[in-house]
This record gives sequence, structure tokens and C-alpha cells, in this order.
Amino acid sequence: MPDYRNINVVVNGVKHELDVETRTSLGDFLRQEIKLTGTHLGCEHGVCGACTVLLDGEAVRSCLMLAVQANGHEITTVEGLAEEDGSLHPLQEAFWKHHGLQCGFCTPGMLTSLAAYLGDNPEPNERDLREAISGNICRCTGYQSIVDAALDAAKKMRGE
Amino acid sequence: MNDANNKWIGKRTIRPDGADKVTGQATFGADTTMPGMIWGKVLRSPHAHANIRSIDTSKAESLPGVKAVITSADVTNYSPEKSVILGIQDMRWMTRNVMAREKALFHGHPVAAVAATSQKIADQACKLIEVDYEVLPWVVEIDDAIKSDAPILHEFIEFEGKPSNIAGTLEHKKGDVQTGFEEADVIVERSFTTRPVHQGYIEPHACLVSVSADGRATIWSSSQGQFMVRAMTSMLTDIPQSSIRAIPAEIGGGFGGKTIVYLEPLATILSKKSGRPVKMVMSREEVMRASGPTSGSKSTVKMGIKKDGSIVAAQGTYYLQAGALPGSPIRGAVGCAFAPYDIPNVHALGYDVVSNRSKVAAYRAPGAPIGAFAVECVIDEISEAIGMDPLEVRLKNAAKEGTQAAHGPVYPRIGYYETVEAALSHPHREIPLGKFQGRGVASGFWFNAGGESSSQVNITEDGNVVVTTGHPDIGGSRASIANITAELLGIDYKRVSVLIGDTATIGYSNLTGGSRVLFASGMAVTDSTEKVIVSLKERAAKIWDIDPEAVDWEDGYARPAGANAGMFDPLSLEELAERATETGGPIGAGSQLNTAGAEGGFATHMCDVEVDIDLGIVRIIRYTSFQDVGRAVHPSYVEGQLQGGAAQGIGWALNEEYIYDSEGRVDNPGFLDYRMPVCSDLPMLDTVMIEVPNPKHPQGVRGVGEVPLVPPLAAIRNAIYDALGIRFYGLPMSPPVVLEALEQGEAAE
Repeated sequence: MPDYRNINVVVNGVKHELDVETRTSLGDFLRQEIKLTGTHLGCEHGVCGACTVLLDGEAVRSCLMLAVQANGHEITTVEGLAEEDGSLHPLQEAFWKHHGLQCGFCTPGMLTSLAAYLGDNPEPNERDLREAISGNICRCTGYQSIVDAALDAAKKMRGE
Repeated sequence: MNDANNKWIGKRTIRPDGADKVTGQATFGADTTMPGMIWGKVLRSPHAHANIRSIDTSKAESLPGVKAVITSADVTNYSPEKSVILGIQDMRWMTRNVMAREKALFHGHPVAAVAATSQKIADQACKLIEVDYEVLPWVVEIDDAIKSDAPILHEFIEFEGKPSNIAGTLEHKKGDVQTGFEEADVIVERSFTTRPVHQGYIEPHACLVSVSADGRATIWSSSQGQFMVRAMTSMLTDIPQSSIRAIPAEIGGGFGGKTIVYLEPLATILSKKSGRPVKMVMSREEVMRASGPTSGSKSTVKMGIKKDGSIVAAQGTYYLQAGALPGSPIRGAVGCAFAPYDIPNVHALGYDVVSNRSKVAAYRAPGAPIGAFAVECVIDEISEAIGMDPLEVRLKNAAKEGTQAAHGPVYPRIGYYETVEAALSHPHREIPLGKFQGRGVASGFWFNAGGESSSQVNITEDGNVVVTTGHPDIGGSRASIANITAELLGIDYKRVSVLIGDTATIGYSNLTGGSRVLFASGMAVTDSTEKVIVSLKERAAKIWDIDPEAVDWEDGYARPAGANAGMFDPLSLEELAERATETGGPIGAGSQLNTAGAEGGFATHMCDVEVDIDLGIVRIIRYTSFQDVGRAVHPSYVEGQLQGGAAQGIGWALNEEYIYDSEGRVDNPGFLDYRMPVCSDLPMLDTVMIEVPNPKHPQGVRGVGEVPLVPPLAAIRNAIYDALGIRFYGLPMSPPVVLEALEQGEAAE
């Protein structure tokens, strides 16, 4: 029989208390229970990075974590990156403006990974950024436009 | 259309779907849900090759929560004896691909499917299905498959009068190669292999299907063509097309791999049987095992050249893996291999070989990278043999307007020569190289496609514009369509909203494939918009009570022209929209075209590598693509195609391959072991867009999406030769392969 646990999580600033099946991954939990489908599942074995979310500000693979492990933590998904008034995060603006996406499937994971990275490393160079997102696979762009977008966003976030 | 005067064509406008995609609002294939929805799951063959004696589904059916179980008996059958053509597919193979019929033909081949109230119950139910297999000898490699005593996959396929795994051939001939080779000063003949590689889209196949009580099906799915989904599902379920509505989701990459169905017909049958909406999503492992990669290949290419650099004869033989059912892209390999060159004597021959692997699907210029790899490597060698720069050899033999290609057509104005010229004069070529660094070049061709596209352009009551087309937007086509419409109407592009219709709301439109979307839908949208402009002029003429011929449309306004010039105040699009009721009613026009004149795309790539001789790792340190792009309607998305194609080529050349275990199973069905390029693997990918407008398109558009994957394989291989003095004849040139070659080289010294 499936085993359930009660968990408390804050997702994009909203508190949720609910019973989850213990084997449910955080990714499936966010997509199916909280109905936030911006977190994309590309490989479900922790390699493609599309499902990356922020757990207390740190980038984590939501496919490799169980929902119960998020108990008591704050989660930010791509839907929570923009301000409450709807104004976009500088990374979102930059990806849009610099065409940092083709199909857009890897984009949520790129944005969340970079949001965490730029928080710790506000002045990256191109090489740093390439390393920083080397755990996120994009098959469409060849990464050029993504790196350009990230460099521009970093600049904006520094207030330049 | 004069470039200098363009306001929107050629501008890097912000894409209409961008906001949804950066905020997580875009709806991809797995994102739709419905009340009462249940989950479908496929049971797959654990054997590479086996007769299916019987399937007992009774235990699965009696598991609580299971709502439907299906096997091939529920899928429309087509006899293997007779072809049932749909576009470029044959439905007698497609029915056997979506569900094994007489035999399981590869490890991962679907043999049954279930739908249950949860994913876990569906998993459990699959385990309760009892399949009685008779395991058969299997074969996965070309050399083994074409041996006289090879296990035969299909008794009904014959070659040279007896059952064979060679399912078809294709031949192109021009001139007489025998005579040609006699004229040559140098002849080089080499054999090559390439491994199957997967398209690698990050979004796994996914769909949701709801069949209503009266038998109408609604399909939400991620594909490269909602009309393909409708047609194939109809043919595999016997539901008429008029009763199927296929709604395209946003697509998370396809590269050709989503031009056929896998899940949609199964989910439709499961939904019909259960009376519930059914959702199906593949795991990455299922994608790697059972959806199509492109072919692995073996080939032999022989080319003859004179000392003055003219190539006088060329011969190529290609064997391509089809997977378990016929249909490898031999046309792309054989047709594109020699297409950049004006060679008087050409003979190209291709064989379609079946083996116990998943059926191949299209992958970006299907077959062409395989064709070009062998040819472009041999050109490097014949150039060296006569002491001429390989770019100069390509320039000397470049196909031009009027050249008769070996695959048939006489080229109109094309820009291949210009790509080589641009490469010769580019600063990349002058950058000095260090130790263990090398530079290579190669060229490539892709046919490009036209075909059917529909569009509808409607003027809203407030004077803005809604454009509907029938093609999933895989790389920014909505932005390009907005640019074209805004340009023609002379209005701000932000006033143009571009939507992708479903099969019930827009006319038939062929696949997003063949680099055809902007070519064909650009034509259809141009046609619709021009009809709208005619209507707008007529309405202004009516208001002014003058002849419609005496009205001009300029910058978003109707203006009196000729003798009436200046007589009336211009009427804006908004004003005309406001007065639509009094001037004839709604303003809008549709267009349904079968487009022709796509014309080929050509590219030349230059690549610098550095080899880590201790680890065998080849690093790409500089990469420049030179491509005739016709007209870059949206330069950022054209560059994106060039960069993305180069990146995929780098993966194909250096790392990607399917590895099979001793039981004929894919041993690396995940992204950890199937190694695609990540950001830190790549340098900046430079692009040089050369615009030789296609004379047969109103905006000069040529397809740009596929040819970027044609040159990289050989460009990288030729660069490694320049770095190490070692010529590789097989892909991938992965670290173990490079290390072994280095060790052998040392041993020889």
C-alpha cells in the first residue's frame, strides 16, 4: 500500500500543507499536486537540468528529490521568479530579449540555475557562465544566445 | 522588396511566445490535464527479436484501477505486402512500429498498453501482462545484417530474389564514372562508418487524448505536425479525420524526431476503450530505446581529381540502418552527398538495411550528414594529394546556377560558391594554431522543402491583426511570420499576433520539417496579407467613391493615388476596421497553397580543434558557419539554427552513439551515458549569414534549419587530421578511439 506523509512547503511564497505519497518526486509533486507545470521533466535522472528549482535559494534537481524531503522548506519555481507585480526577473527579460531560447523547454531550468548562480557569483565571465550551466542541456541553441542573455542579466543585476 | 526600406523583415524582433516561455506559462506536451484523466503506459519487448505467440492480458485487466488494456489487435492492421503511403511514411510499417504485431522487432518495441487511474497502477498492470515470446536470433549491425546467413527480420522483404534485410535501394547517375576516373590524376577511395545518433530533444513524447461518447477524439500533443498526428491516428484507429481534432502543444524540440506518432494512436484507443481522457508521457529511457534515432551507416566513396583541381568523377556507396522497419534516409545520403559540386561523372548508390533496432526517424537533413561526411573527408584527402587548399578545390568545383545536380535538378541562383568565398576571406582562417591544434573545413547541402501550407489573416475590429498558420513553431517561426505580416501591412509588428491553429481551425498544413516552415507559411501568409490589402483598398475606394485601382496601400494607410492623390485624408487600418460593417463586413483572407521552389541550402563550416593527447579529448576551440540563408527574415533565429546545428554536429562527431549490449539491448538509454554537448564543451559558435535571395520566394526565403548539421562531421574530422596527422574513418571520434589511435601512432613510430 502507498505510504503517505503530511508535509508543509512554501512554493513561490504560498504555503501548502498536504499529504503526499512518500515516493513522489518533488518534480511530480510540483507539476501534479501544485499544478505548476513550468518545471519540466526531461530525463528524470538528474542530467538535463530542465527540472531545476530553488530550495531555500539553492538550485536542486526536482526529479532527484522526493517531495517529503522538501518538508519545511521554501521552493521557488520558474513561475516564482518574476516579481509579485508581474515584472520579470532580469534573467527572464534577458532570455526573451537575447533570444536565449528556441523551443523553450530547457528555459525554466536555465533560469533557475542561473538565478542561484548569479546570486553567489555576481560578476561571472563567459567561461564561468559556461561552467555554471554545464548541468543544463539545451539541444536547440548551441548555448550562444543563452550565454549572451546570462551575461546581460548579470550586468543588469549588478545595476550596470 | 528592397532591403534598405524594410522596417521589419531582417529585424531582431522580440518573439511573441517569449513571455510564456520565460515564465513557465507555455503549455508543452505533458502539461495538459483533464478531469477524470487516467494514465497510459506501454509494455515493451525485453527481447531484440521474438515471435509473439500469445498475449494474456486478463490479470492486468482485473487489477483494480485498470480501465483498459490494448494490444496490436486493437490497432488498425495493414498487410505488409502492400504499401500504404502517407506523406513520406508507409503506414504498414507505422502500424507495426506503434505496436508490435507478428513479432517484437527490437528491445523496447511496444507489445501492449494499459490505462489506469494512477501511473503506479499502470506500471503494475504492465507487469501482469503475460507475453509468450519465442526468442529469435537477432542482428543490429549493418555488416552482420547483410551477410548471407543473417537472421532475417521480414520474410516478405526480398533483395535479388531472396529474403533479405536489404529493404530498398536508390541510385543517382550522371555521366560515366569509368571514363571520368580514367581522366583523373589522383584517385582516392575510402570507407567510413557512422553510428546512429538521437535527435536528443529535451521534451519526451507526450500526449493527452479524450474520446467523447460519440467517438470524436481530441488530441493534445507535442509534435512537428498536428495534421500528421490527425492523419496517422485516423489511419491507425479507423476514426475519420473529421472526428479527430489535433491540438498542437508547444514543442520542446523535435529535429525531425516528432514527425511521426508513437503515443497518440495508443492513447486514443485506450481513451475510446476506457471512456476516460488518457495521458501518456514517455520516460527518457523509452525515448532512447524506442523513438527514432537517425541511421548508423557504412559507406565507400571514391573521387578522382586532376592536378589543376578539377574533380572529374565521384562514386559513393552507402548502407544506412533503417532500424527494424524499412525507411532509412538513403535519399538524403545519396542525393546530398555530391550536391555542392559540379562534377561531370557521378554515381551514388544507397541501400536501406533493416536490423533489430528502433525504427529510425528524421533527424535534421536526414541522411545528408552521412552522405557529406564521407565525401568531404575524401575531398580533404584529394586536395592534399594534389597540394591544393581544400577550400580552393571546393571553390573550383562549386555548383552554381545552371549546374545539373547528380540527383536531377538544374540549380537556379544558389549561394554555395559565396559560402566558400566567405570562408576563404574570413579572419578565422588567419588565426595561428598551436601544438595539437588543427583546422578543418567541409561543406554541405540540403534539399529544403515546399509543400502545403495554409494561413488566415484577420483584421480585428480595433484594427490589429491575427495571423493563424498550421505549423508548430519549433525555432521562432511566429516571430518571423509577424515580421513578414507587419512589413507587408506597414504596421508595427507588435500589432500582429501569430497563432498556431489546430486541425479544426486552420486548413491543412504539412509538417514542420524539411526546413519548409518559413518558406511555405511565409508564402501563404504573404498571399493572405496581399488579399487583405486588396480588400482594404477596395473599402477605402468605396468610402471615397473612387476606383479601387486609384488607391495605394502604404505604411498602414490607404491613400488616394493617381489623379485623386491628395484629394482625401488617408485612412488608417484602424479607421478601416472601424468602418468594416458599412464597407462589406469582416476583413480577412485565407490562403491554402501547395508551394514550390524551395531550392537548396548550402553551407561551409570551418572548425578549429585542440586535442588533449593524454586524455584523447577533442575540444572545439573555434567554429564558424558560412551559410547561404536566402533572406534572414529574423536574423537571431537564423543564427540560432546555424549554431544549434553546429552543436549537434559536434556531438555526433565526438561523443554521441548508441551502445548495444550482448543481448541486443541499448546499453546507454539516458543522458548520463549518451553524452550530448553541454555549454562548457563548446566555444562561441560564429555565424556568417550570406543572403542570396531565393528567386522563387516573395521574401527570398530559403530553408535554413537543416543544412547546419551537414558539414560539421567532416569539418571536425579534417581538423583532427590537421592537429595530429591522423585520419579517422569512423564516428564518433570519442576519447577512447582517439587515445587508441594516438597509441597506435606512437607504436608505429
